[in-house]
Amino acid sequence: MTVDTVQHAAETPDQPQPFAELGLKDDEYTRIREILGRRPTDSELAMYSVMWSEHCSYKSSKVHLRQFAENPPASDAMLVGMGENAGVVDVGDGLAVTFKVESHNHPSYVEPYQGAATGVGGIVRDILTMGARPIAVMDSLRFGDADAPDTRRLVAGVVAGVGGYGNCLGLPNIGGEVGFDPTYGGNPLVNALCVGVLPHDRLQLAQAKGTGNQVVLLGALTGRDGIGGVSVLASATFDDSVDETGKVAGPSKRPSVQVGDPFTEKILIECCLELFDAGLVTGIQDLGGAGLSCATSETASHGDGGMRVDLDKVPLREPSMSPLEVLMSESQERMLAIVAPADVEAVLERCAKWGVLATVIGEVTDGDHLVITWRGEVVVDAPPASLADDGPVYHRPLARPDQAQDALVADTSASLTRPSSGDELRDTLLQLVASPELCSRRWVTEQYDRYVLGGTVLAMPHDSGVVRLGDDTTRGVALSLDGNGRFTRLDPHDGAQLSLSEAYRNVACAGARPLAVSDCLNFGSPEDPAVMWQFAEATRGLAEGCRALGTPVTGGNVSFYNQTGATAINPTPVIGVLGVIGDVTQRVPSGFTSSGQHVVLLGDTDDELDGSAWAWVVHHHLGGRPPEVRLDAERALAAVLVEAAERSVVVAAHDLSEGGLAQALVEACLVGGTGASIELDGDPFVALFSETAARAVVATEDVDALRSLATKHHVVAKVIGRTGGSALSIDGLFDVGLEQLREQSEGTLPALFG
Amino acid sequence: MPATTRVGVVTFPGSLDDRDAARAVKAAGAEPVSLWHGDATLLGVDAVVLPGGFSYGDYLRAGAIARFSPVVAEIVAAAGDGLPVLGICNGFQVLCEAGLLPGALIRNAGLHFVCRDQLLRVESTATRWTSQYDDGAEIVIPVKHGEGRYVADATTIEQLERDGRVAFRYLGGNPNGALNDIAGIRNEAGNVVGLMPHPEHAIELLTGPSVDGLPMFASVIDALVAV
Repeated sequence: MTVDTVQHAAETPDQPQPFAELGLKDDEYTRIREILGRRPTDSELAMYSVMWSEHCSYKSSKVHLRQFAENPPASDAMLVGMGENAGVVDVGDGLAVTFKVESHNHPSYVEPYQGAATGVGGIVRDILTMGARPIAVMDSLRFGDADAPDTRRLVAGVVAGVGGYGNCLGLPNIGGEVGFDPTYGGNPLVNALCVGVLPHDRLQLAQAKGTGNQVVLLGALTGRDGIGGVSVLASATFDDSVDETGKVAGPSKRPSVQVGDPFTEKILIECCLELFDAGLVTGIQDLGGAGLSCATSETASHGDGGMRVDLDKVPLREPSMSPLEVLMSESQERMLAIVAPADVEAVLERCAKWGVLATVIGEVTDGDHLVITWRGEVVVDAPPASLADDGPVYHRPLARPDQAQDALVADTSASLTRPSSGDELRDTLLQLVASPELCSRRWVTEQYDRYVLGGTVLAMPHDSGVVRLGDDTTRGVALSLDGNGRFTRLDPHDGAQLSLSEAYRNVACAGARPLAVSDCLNFGSPEDPAVMWQFAEATRGLAEGCRALGTPVTGGNVSFYNQTGATAINPTPVIGVLGVIGDVTQRVPSGFTSSGQHVVLLGDTDDELDGSAWAWVVHHHLGGRPPEVRLDAERALAAVLVEAAERSVVVAAHDLSEGGLAQALVEACLVGGTGASIELDGDPFVALFSETAARAVVATEDVDALRSLATKHHVVAKVIGRTGGSALSIDGLFDVGLEQLREQSEGTLPALFG
Repeated sequence: MPATTRVGVVTFPGSLDDRDAARAVKAAGAEPVSLWHGDATLLGVDAVVLPGGFSYGDYLRAGAIARFSPVVAEIVAAAGDGLPVLGICNGFQVLCEAGLLPGALIRNAGLHFVCRDQLLRVESTATRWTSQYDDGAEIVIPVKHGEGRYVADATTIEQLERDGRVAFRYLGGNPNGALNDIAGIRNEAGNVVGLMPHPEHAIELLTGPSVDGLPMFASVIDALVAV
């Protein structure tokens, strides 16, 4: 094999190079030549192309993401902010948690099982990289219309992939969401979240410091899978590989999807945690997107010198791989550790115990370049920061698409026929309960292990997942993951804030104090000014919302180029909120479990049906303005919910979101197995189906105590009924038995996908 | 009064519920002892739990590789001498592969992994692991597996039923298509029990659907103390 060396590159300055095919623009290629003072080698060109890709460099989003870091809300909990593999938050008692949500959308469309599986694997390694033991995962999934021809393939594969990897890894899946909308038909969203726990002193950073320290590659063999994953899949649309029906992604892209091996990841986790506890590594980085290219250039860039790497030492699955392929491979379940020379032997011994392959492949140097050799020749010689940190930054043009957006906003739900009689309201409720939008997710969540590790206190179908942080503590964290693409489509700024509000509210419903945010921003092509406008508005809304709620963004991920043909997905920021609960025995479940308790509605209700589940499910209508954002009210509501939990004033709490009060009552009754009798004031349709924000329904035995809490925080509290019986009864309008509700709710997904 | 009962919990690479099993052993009042798959020793423990998980990844067939590990060879020998052994989920699969229990666990009838709170009936209390239950007791214990469908040839099934060696049976819906709704079985001597459901996940109401799993671990302590 002849290979393009640095020497050869210097001697052949005019050799044409395929930079455009690799996704680099003319001026970017010129800049690379300026940085290097010569043309790049093939390997260097490939490295720059992946490191400067949208996925790795955040070149289109960077200018907008800065507002999360530059003007964060006051918080004394942040130990590590944005920029590392994941943010780290102090939760007290010397413990910290780290959590992050990330997308794996495009691989999951091409190859649903492996795409989703490696999405879970990737985010778990990010958490491990911080020095944390991963303790739970969640997933937020969106597909095309539930009855569209390709949806079944995607749902079956993605759910099996998320479950297959997480179950085999031994991480409980504690919640998430599943959504359907035609805009995701050719581009499903697969967002996975992982949370981990660590003692403060085990925190690890992704840096290669200390001249002479050894660079050790841990884990799986390097093969030809996932080459170009971040540039081929994550940073472009599917236009060139989708057929006319928009149905099938080209098999040609399938080799760009990585293949997961959860068993290898499981032993890698146990092995790395032993290495961290023994203090044997000085820096660690996972190999994810862009593989060795990314891990070596990032750790070297964040260190204090250079790095030398010998590619001949990398254990290969296929010996015929070229240096470029070795650098680009996104083979999973690998980590890069920086180890003091004196500790190398101990590291190799521990790895041998676990059966984890460990190989010294290079060392930290006192130079300032990343130098990579192959068969004795230098194939890469570049400043690592130029790869990792100094990628291009775009100020993409953005423009509100006035005509289309104005028309969308003007097309309100006011003209839609509303149900009024008891029978009509009952039918509407049943239609919503059975719809793919709102039906039970049990068919999905039953495929996930929620018990493993023994710390799961709440999981689906409760409002938040709650996990205890250890056997010898009652301290726990609560997490919720929420997005609403339709609200965000109607108003990107407010929609992002409403998604944040919902996740924040869910965490508070469980009795936990919301503390921090991780976001996964799923949008269409950044080259479309209308999409960039959505993105700019959504990030602005999110930054403002996080300031108002006092919950800093700790990290996350941006996924662009999510399109079905020429149509962008509904802009979908998926927001993860993490909260802390001092005593998990005081967590609040969402179901009504015993009779005779007062049902209390917290918060005001207005007539807000635009963009609602009712408008979509019953009328297939999307238009108007999303519900008003009420951040002050959300804060007040959360304060009531958290104090009520701490004082054991409420026995159940469930947030109101999609489907309004009707859906919240149905879920509370079904989850707890107890009915309720409810009396409504005013227009019953609005009372039941409006999606006004900042509301929750709770069950309590002590109305006076709850009222005084609500008064203290200026939250409206209205007793609307009592729990009991085996039906949901809306006084004077209709009754519907729990058995019928359960059949309606639980039958839908098995009928579609079972 | 003998010293605290010591119950070994085996960790294979890919074991997942080993710490949960140890927690359950402790909650029942015994001392959990960690046993490593590669060590040919049982460290003198009084009983052994083979926990759930995916030993060695289970890419070939669940439990197929684990049965060849040094620690399993020790367990097979000791079980013959009456050592109480409990196999949970993957541990049950290993016991079948190792020949300590008859039959096999194959892919669930629905082809999906199933995680749910499962109603069971205790069919045999004549074992070292079930003596603290009432005969015919109905208990709720989580199941979570993709390969939990118990199968055996007709003669074996008939024999198990005739000899009262079905230890647990699924009630209110069979999650995996197991023959005769079999959730767990015992050997003739009653010292070896295997079941698909996870008693270690039903030891406290905070994290499980019930505390119905605790008597399984308490039974073995009882049995050992009585000796």
